[in-house]
Amino acid sequence: MTRLAAHGHHPVRFHLNGKPVEAEAEPRMLLSDFLRHRIGATGTHVGCEHGVCGACTVIVDGMLTRSCLTLAAQVDGCEVQTVEGLAPSADRLGILQQAFRRNHALQCGFCTAGILMSLDHYLRRNPSPREADIRDLLSGHLCRCTGYTPIIKAALEAAADFASTTEEKSDA
Amino acid sequence: MKPAAFDYVRAESLDEVLEGLSNEGGNARVLAGGQSLMAMLNMRLARPKVLIDIMRLKELNRVEERAGVVTIGAGVRQATLLAWPELTRTLPLLALALPWIGHVQTRSRGTICGSLAHADPSAEMPLALIALGGEVHLRSKRQRRRVPARDFFVGMMATDRAEDELIEAVSFPGHRGGGCAFREVARRHGDFAIVACAAVATPNGVRFAVGGVADVPMARDWPCLDGTALDDALNGFAYELDARDDVHATARYRRDLVRIIGRDLIGEVLQ
Repeated sequence: MTRLAAHGHHPVRFHLNGKPVEAEAEPRMLLSDFLRHRIGATGTHVGCEHGVCGACTVIVDGMLTRSCLTLAAQVDGCEVQTVEGLAPSADRLGILQQAFRRNHALQCGFCTAGILMSLDHYLRRNPSPREADIRDLLSGHLCRCTGYTPIIKAALEAAADFASTTEEKSDA
Repeated sequence: MKPAAFDYVRAESLDEVLEGLSNEGGNARVLAGGQSLMAMLNMRLARPKVLIDIMRLKELNRVEERAGVVTIGAGVRQATLLAWPELTRTLPLLALALPWIGHVQTRSRGTICGSLAHADPSAEMPLALIALGGEVHLRSKRQRRRVPARDFFVGMMATDRAEDELIEAVSFPGHRGGGCAFREVARRHGDFAIVACAAVATPNGVRFAVGGVADVPMARDWPCLDGTALDDALNGFAYELDARDDVHATARYRRDLVRIIGRDLIGEVLQ
């Protein structure tokens, strides 16, 4: 049994986008705040802080996770993926991010990090999604700019791009 | 919105959980998937002194089918059960109702038993438990006991669980071959239900259960009714639920939904 005292600062260690990170947190610290304030990974945004808006969605051990409904202490020893891990390098966008850019699937960008994580998680497991599946997935995110239509278009385009990239690789 | 301070306990055995609950009583809350509890903590609607995380206990992360009864451990997430290959065969009502719990992004973490512990009157899992006549398995240092669904929910977000008890598992009687149906009306998919209904065929007729209207999900058992007899039964039940007006819907609209959805679902099941 591990017991972390309420007002103490306790080390939390996990892998963030494949790299080990460590910082101290009180037991009550949310993963969203831990990422932003302790690690400095501010790509994950914080909206409603009660699990409704989806802006803070990340992936923990392969599970889509609201980081505002998760304590930093809960993910000790886990693998955490955030939007910072999507681009292949600092000067290049990933396939999904490129599709978002082409289709104007973001305006203010506040909701985008969470939506990208949900779509990345989904498209990796469901390479040929139906539009209805994408709509169902997006029901877990609020976007007040786009009206969702360009996001759906970008997601379907990215799915097609993922598929053709895989085909090219298998031909080679 | 940040939680008030609490001690965090990462339990590594069931004994540690039960010991913790025994020592801390009402000051402790069990943390499983956290999809309801964490929101309550963030809004400070709950201010426990100790949080006992049970998700590292492998023994609670089991789905078992034995003699036609499906038992789901406290660590089983909603997404895990939805992906269980035997779900449609053994518990077709849950296969229909589970996709209505929250969203993909919350079902991935939220647990079946956590939803029962939270006991929101408009939530899908309590409704399904009432409709199927399942049992909640409670365990403390003092005793183990099983509580039938109709005795478990005692009020809005209130259950029969004592402060030192853990919901160790929930069990559902397996599907007996009759039909079942589920329908929910909400402002948007994934929102809390304005009205959610389930109908299940029974040996003598049908059981019809309604969530989102009364303080707890409620069910009625009826013989094979149709025509005016069914309308009268549904109308009587709709009024017994004591619907209230709120920001989402009027009491009258809720009664209408109970009558209309009830007629549809019961027709579907008795076909």
